[in-house]
Amino acid sequence: MTDPTVAASLAGPGDPGDRRGGSASAVPATTAPAAEPAPSLLKAGRRTGAQQGDRIFRGFATGSGAFMVALIGAIGLFLLIQAVPSLLANKGNFLTGRTFEAGDPNNLNFGILELSFVTVEVSIFALVLAMPVGLGIALFLTQYAPRRVARPFAYLVDLLAAVPSIIFGLWGAFVLAPAILPIAEFLNEHLGWFFLFQEGNVPLARGANVFTAGIVLAVMILPIITAISREVFERTPRAQIEAALALGATKWEVVRTTVLPFGRAGYISASMLGLGRALGETIALMIILAATPAMFSGSLFDGGATFASMIALSFAELNNNLSAGAFIAAGLVLFVLTFVVNAAARLIIARSGAKA
Amino acid sequence: MKLQRHGVVLAIAAAGALLLSACGSDPSTTVGGNSSAAANSPAVDCSGKKSLNAEGSSAQKNAMDVFTQAYQAKCQDANIAYNPTGSGAGIKQFTAGLVDFGGSDSALKESEAEAAAARCQGNPAWNLPLVFGPVAIAYNLDGVDTLTLDGETAAKIFNGTIKTWNDPAIAALNSGVNLPSTPINVVFRSDESGTTDNFQKYLEAASKGAWTQGDGKKFNGGVGSGAEKSAGVAQAVAGAPGSITYVELAYAQDNKLGMAQIDNGAGAVALNDETVGKAIEAAKIKGTGNDLALDLKSVYGTTAAGEYPLILATYEVVCSKGYDVDTAKAVKAFLTVAATDGQANLSEAGYAKLPAAFQQKLLTSIQAIGSGGQ
Amino acid sequence: MTTTIDLDAPAREPTFVGVSAGRRMKNAGATALVGLAFLIALVPLIWVVYSVLANGAGAVLNSQWWSQSLNGLLARQQGGGAYHAIIGTLFQGLVCAAIATPIGIMVAVYLVEYGGRSRLARATTFMVDILTGVPSIVAALFIYAVWISIFGLGRSALAVSLALVLLMVPVVVRSSEEMLRIVPDDLREASYALGVPKWKTIVKVVIPTALSGMLTGVVLALARVMGETAPVLILVAYAPYINFNIFEGNMASLPLLMTVERNNPTDAGSYRVWGAAITLILIITLFQLLAAFLSKVTAPKTK
Repeated sequence: MTDPTVAASLAGPGDPGDRRGGSASAVPATTAPAAEPAPSLLKAGRRTGAQQGDRIFRGFATGSGAFMVALIGAIGLFLLIQAVPSLLANKGNFLTGRTFEAGDPNNLNFGILELSFVTVEVSIFALVLAMPVGLGIALFLTQYAPRRVARPFAYLVDLLAAVPSIIFGLWGAFVLAPAILPIAEFLNEHLGWFFLFQEGNVPLARGANVFTAGIVLAVMILPIITAISREVFERTPRAQIEAALALGATKWEVVRTTVLPFGRAGYISASMLGLGRALGETIALMIILAATPAMFSGSLFDGGATFASMIALSFAELNNNLSAGAFIAAGLVLFVLTFVVNAAARLIIARSGAKA
Repeated sequence: MKLQRHGVVLAIAAAGALLLSACGSDPSTTVGGNSSAAANSPAVDCSGKKSLNAEGSSAQKNAMDVFTQAYQAKCQDANIAYNPTGSGAGIKQFTAGLVDFGGSDSALKESEAEAAAARCQGNPAWNLPLVFGPVAIAYNLDGVDTLTLDGETAAKIFNGTIKTWNDPAIAALNSGVNLPSTPINVVFRSDESGTTDNFQKYLEAASKGAWTQGDGKKFNGGVGSGAEKSAGVAQAVAGAPGSITYVELAYAQDNKLGMAQIDNGAGAVALNDETVGKAIEAAKIKGTGNDLALDLKSVYGTTAAGEYPLILATYEVVCSKGYDVDTAKAVKAFLTVAATDGQANLSEAGYAKLPAAFQQKLLTSIQAIGSGGQ
Repeated sequence: MTTTIDLDAPAREPTFVGVSAGRRMKNAGATALVGLAFLIALVPLIWVVYSVLANGAGAVLNSQWWSQSLNGLLARQQGGGAYHAIIGTLFQGLVCAAIATPIGIMVAVYLVEYGGRSRLARATTFMVDILTGVPSIVAALFIYAVWISIFGLGRSALAVSLALVLLMVPVVVRSSEEMLRIVPDDLREASYALGVPKWKTIVKVVIPTALSGMLTGVVLALARVMGETAPVLILVAYAPYINFNIFEGNMASLPLLMTVERNNPTDAGSYRVWGAAITLILIITLFQLLAAFLSKVTAPKTK
C-alpha cells in the first residue's frame, strides 16, 4: 500500500509539517520561490564557477523531473511493445472476448471483457461500502472528536494502510469469509430476485466471491479516502463555521451547511483515488476470488478474476514472450484504466484547490 | 550539531546492518526415519562437486526436499539447490547450461531434445522419471465413505455433463451407496499446472470419448469454480460439502478428503502404494536405451486389474554425457541416493515409492551417466 | 472549539429559544452515525491484528524463527525460521531506497527550487501523482517487459528492487517536496546575500534544513513498499536458503514466503505463513517507529 497522503499524515508529532499547521499534499504551496542572487553582484571569476555548478545541478534536477514524465510514457510504451505481438497473434477479440486462453503461444485466444466486469463490479462495490464510512470517519476526526484524541484516532485509521495487502487477503479468505457467510446466505435467500444477490456462479459456501472481496477491498481503501477527506475538511474556513454557530445551527447543521459544501470536491476526488487503488489491488483478490469458467452474471456472489489477480495468478510459470505478452496487454489496459481514474481525481482536486 | 544528528542516523543504520548479518544460518537438518537402502544399491561416490543446481517442476519440489536430506546424510558437505520455478523454466535453464539438471512434468519434445543435446556437447539428454505422484480424485460428500468412478464418469463430472451426485451413471458404479441428490461442485486449479495437464490427459485416454475438451495446463472442463494451487483446491473441497476435485495425494490426505476408487474395467482400484507401484511398473517406456521417457497413455488407458491409473510422473532431465568430471560424479551421486535412500520418506511427502524393478532400470541409467565425450 | 450553544450562558433561559425536537434528533442521529463510522473502521483493524497474532504468535516466539532459514526442511517438518525472508525483504527494500531516495529528492528539488510554474514542472507534478496510483502489478510487468523480455536478464532481487523504486519514488517526492517548501525563504535569501551560488545554497542550506523531514518520509515510504507482494511474485523466485546476492539467484522475502507456504497444507505451513505475517507487520511497524524517532532526533533545534 503506497499512498503519499497517508504516509505524510503518519509522520507523527515530530514532523515539522505539523508544527506549521499541516500543509496538504494535494494543494500546491503558495510560497513564492526566492529570488536568485543577482549575477552582477558576484565577482567575475567566481561567477563562471558558480554558474557552471548551477548549470550542472540545475541540469540534474530538471533531468530528474523530466525523467518522471518520461517514466510514465516508458511504462505505457514498453507494455505496448510487449503486448503488440501477442495482440496480433490473438485469435479472439481482445476487447469483447470473454475467455483468456494464453497458455499456448501458438493458440492465443484472449479477451478482457470478463475481467473488466469483475474488476469494475468489485471496485464499485468496495467504493459504495467505503465512501459513507470514510466520510463519517473524516467528519468524526475533524469535527466531532476532541482535539486531544483526534490525532491518535487518525493514526489508528492510518494503521489500516500499513497492513500489507497479502495479510488482508489471508484474513479475508480464511477469517472473514466464513464469518460473513450467514449474511451472504440471508441476502441470497431473501433478495435473490435482485440481480446483485442472485445465485452466483461459484458455490456460496466457499465465500470466494465478489461480496467477500469487495468488503476486504473497502477496508483497504478506507484509509485513503479518510486521509484526504480529512485534510480538506480541516481547511473549512473558521469564519464560516463560527457564522453558522452564531445563527444557532446545531453541530450537524454546521457540518451540512459549511464543511460538506466546502469539502465536497476533495471528498469525491479522495474516493476516486480509492477507486484507483481498488482497481489495481492484486494479491488480496488473488487469494480471495475463485476462478470460474462460467460467465459473469453481475451477482455479488459470482467468482471470477480481476485484471490484476489474473495476471498474478498465471504469470509466475510463464516462459515464452507471446504468452507473457497477452498478460502484459491486460496489464496495459489496467494501467490505462488507473491512469484515467487517477488523472480525473487529481483534476478535481486541482480545480477545487484553485477555488478555495 | 548537524554532524552529531546525522551521526546518530548512520550509527543506527550501521548497528542494524551488523546485527542482521551477524546472526542467522541455514538450519542443520537431520534425516528423520531410517534410511533403508535397497540390498543391491550401488555405491555412492561423494567426491564430485559440492553444490549442485537444479530447477524445474514444482510438482516434485517436496520429493526433492526428501532427496536432499538423504543426499546430505550420505555425502556430508554436499548440497543441492532445487528451484521449483516450473517445468518450462527448468528445461530452459538446463538447455542454457545454467543448472546441472532440469525437472519437468513431461519428457523433452523433439525440438527441446535437440537444444538439450547441444548443451550436452552433442550427447543426447535423458529423461529419467524419478518422481511419481499419485493424483487423487478427492471429494467431500457427507455419508459417502467410498466412491467408485470410471474414466468416463469422471470425465462427465468434470465437464459438467453429470450434474448431481445421484446421477444414474454414478449410481451404477456405486450400488449400495446412498448418494444424495445434491449438485456436484467441481473445483479445479485456477493456476496453470502440470497436475491439470496430466489429469486432462488421463480423462482423454480413459473416458472413451466423453472428454472432448483436450489437455493443457489450464482446466478446460468449463464447469465449477477454481482455487489456487493444490492447497487451495483441497481447502475449497474440504470447506464445501458436495465438491470434487483432482489433487495430489498428500493434499487430499492432509485435508482428510475422500478419495475415489477408479474402475478401469477390471474392478474398483483404491489409491495406495501397491496399486500405484503396479501401474508404474506396467508403464511403457517410449524412450530408447537409457532414456526412460514414459508413454503415460499406456498407464492412463490401462485395463489391467489392480493398477491405479492416475499418476503424475516428473522427470529429471540429465545429460547422458558431456558433464565435466566433478559434475557427473555429483549428479550420479545425488540421483543414486534419490533412487535408493531417498525412497524411505517419500510416501510421507505424498509420493509413490519406486517399485523394485523400475528402480533397477533407473539405477542402470544413472550409472551410465558419464563425463566428457563427444 | 465550543460546540454546545449554552456553554457561557449563566441564566437558566437558553440564549436561543429552544432547538426544535426534530433538529435535535437529526443532530443526535448524525453524531451517532459519525461515531459509528469510526468504530466500524476499528473492527477490521482489531480483527486482522488479532487473527494474525492468534495464528502466528507461536512461530515468532521461537528464537530459531529469527536466526534460521527453512533450508533443507520438509514441508511438514516444524522448526527453521524466516531469517532468509527477513534478509530478503530488507535487502530488496534497502536497495530500492538507495535508488529511489536520490531520484525522489532531486525531483522534489526541481519542483520546489527550479520548476516554478513551468510546463515541465506541472507535467512532472501530474506524472508523480499518476505514478502514485500505478498498481504494483503494472510496475512489476513494466520491469518484466524491460528487464526480462527485452534485456533478457534473469529474475533477480534487483529486478524486484527496481519495480519497488517505481512505487517508492512518488512517495519520496511528495514528502520531500513538502519539507522543502516549508524551509523559510529567509534562509535562502540570507545565503544568496552572502554570494553563495544557488546550487550550494540548496545543498548546504535548504536540504540540510529539510533533511529530518525528508528522512522520515523516506523511511515511511520504505515501510510501505516492503509489504508489496506482486513484484516479488513476478520478478524473483523463492529460495528457502539464505542468499545475499541481489544480482542473481532466487531470494526469499516475507510476502513471497507467505505465498509459497500457503500451498503447504500442513500445520508447519500455516505456522510459517502466519509467523511471516506477524514478522512483516512487526518490521513495518518498527520502520514507522524509526521514522518517528528519526524526525525527533534529527529535527533542527528551534532555538
